[in-house]
Amino acid sequence: MTNSKLVVPRRKFLTGAALGGSGLLLAGCDALTENAGFRSFLRSGEALNKGAQRLIMDRSALAPEFSAADISPIFKANGSVSGDTPAYNAHVANKFADWQLRIDGMVRNPLSLDLAQLMKMPSREQITRHDCVEGWSAIGKWRGTPLGMLLKQAGLSTKARYIVFHCADQWGPGVPYYESVDLIDAFHPQTILAWSMNDGVLPVRHGAPLRLRVERQLGYKQAKYVMRVEATDDLKKFYGGNGGYWEDAHDYDWYAGI
Amino acid sequence: MEQAELKPGDVIKRHRLSTRIWHWTNALTMLVMLMSGLMIFNAHSRLYWGDYGANDDKAWLVIDDAGDTGFIEIAGVRVQTTGVLGIWKDSEGEVKRRAFPYWITIPSGYDLQAARRWHFTFAWILAVALTLYMLRSVWNGHVIRDLHIRKWEWSPRHIWHDITQHARLRFPTGAAAKDYNILQKISYIGVIFILLPLIIFTGLTMSPAMNAAWPWLLDLFGGRQSARSLHFIAALGLVAFFFVHIMMVLLAGPINEVRSMITGKYTLPGKVEPDLEPELPKGEPA
Repeated sequence: MTNSKLVVPRRKFLTGAALGGSGLLLAGCDALTENAGFRSFLRSGEALNKGAQRLIMDRSALAPEFSAADISPIFKANGSVSGDTPAYNAHVANKFADWQLRIDGMVRNPLSLDLAQLMKMPSREQITRHDCVEGWSAIGKWRGTPLGMLLKQAGLSTKARYIVFHCADQWGPGVPYYESVDLIDAFHPQTILAWSMNDGVLPVRHGAPLRLRVERQLGYKQAKYVMRVEATDDLKKFYGGNGGYWEDAHDYDWYAGI
Repeated sequence: MEQAELKPGDVIKRHRLSTRIWHWTNALTMLVMLMSGLMIFNAHSRLYWGDYGANDDKAWLVIDDAGDTGFIEIAGVRVQTTGVLGIWKDSEGEVKRRAFPYWITIPSGYDLQAARRWHFTFAWILAVALTLYMLRSVWNGHVIRDLHIRKWEWSPRHIWHDITQHARLRFPTGAAAKDYNILQKISYIGVIFILLPLIIFTGLTMSPAMNAAWPWLLDLFGGRQSARSLHFIAALGLVAFFFVHIMMVLLAGPINEVRSMITGKYTLPGKVEPDLEPELPKGEPA
């Protein structure tokens, strides 16, 4: 039989076909990624994931908490490592003595609280895992003021649906970092505005003076350098309209539970 | 049809419709999952054991670049991979310093968020299709009839015999090729009931919200970073299965095998005996 003669061209054909196929596949996938219709199909996964996770998860289900022995020796500082504006740097130089957190928007009585006032309020301490969207994790101990308590104190309007966090760090001229959560996460018992990390003052590289901890979501939701908390009924009113800096700039999922 | 009557050349019905639909759905889904998964890995190309792990922590696997060389380092042993892993040139000849090269990732250019969208949307197709196929296969008897490993098949002598036969590229023919052999059963059960569930559940374990909903996932896999490592290892296992699977299809007769997974009809392999009818004994009246 001439089987061996047949096999070689066939193998060459298969290799060629496989290479050509993978090239086509790659080009096809890249084209699909850019295609508006396909993008909205891919986006449907986000809604499905949020819906499914909210369905199986109790509203107040806690993120796992760890013991002091589990704390990462070095907690990676990622994203902005400083507010780095003249106003922010002045606050750092002044140890945030003149700094005040503003809580406003759709609230009955807007609040301005300095750091000492925040620290005197009832606080929560938690040792939790921080998961970056990139894949790494770090465990740290946080202490801070429960966000839900502050919102109640400010008299949150029944019309409010989201809480927006305005931050001091800039990602370009006039492009400040911001983030937002819905009321389920805002009133979650582990959602705090942390002013202490690993038993010390919250360091600048980790978001001094105040950093959001929303423990059931990824790292980019944990806004650093929080200056102002604003209650709103619509995220479209802010910047790019997608509820956060990374959501606007790089199309990240607003719901970052996965 | 009695099994004893089957001979090489006979066409039998091999794969049920559910098997054929799932096979091709899954093949496509797995390819998307693998390639988008490698892009997600590129965002942080280090693997750890335990709850936490970042750049300052000890990694058991690292793919990175040092100067002009790319490398993979596993348990401290470094192998140079310049051009393929860690540092490579993209389709425009531009040098990129990422773990996996453009020709194996979705999208081909670095884009973590797009890869996450592909991955988490196709994950639904993977999980739902697998669940439906599992239920269907239990219901229609596929599992108990075709995949169930009989007691006698577990004998080490039988398994060894099958391994040596495979190694010599001697595959069952005729009626013996009608049923899956022990190595096939082990691989198919391994993929459907072990590797795929493992990769789905380790994937879920990486989700911070899932950790709040189902904290037992973390206990099961030993922490989020362990789950990430196991997810990667399970993916490698599936890639290994894919290559052996394709090799076996090519060796066993690719046209017959692929056709059987499309139409369901399979020609029993082996030397076809000439039809005996014309050879009537001499001297007898025709």
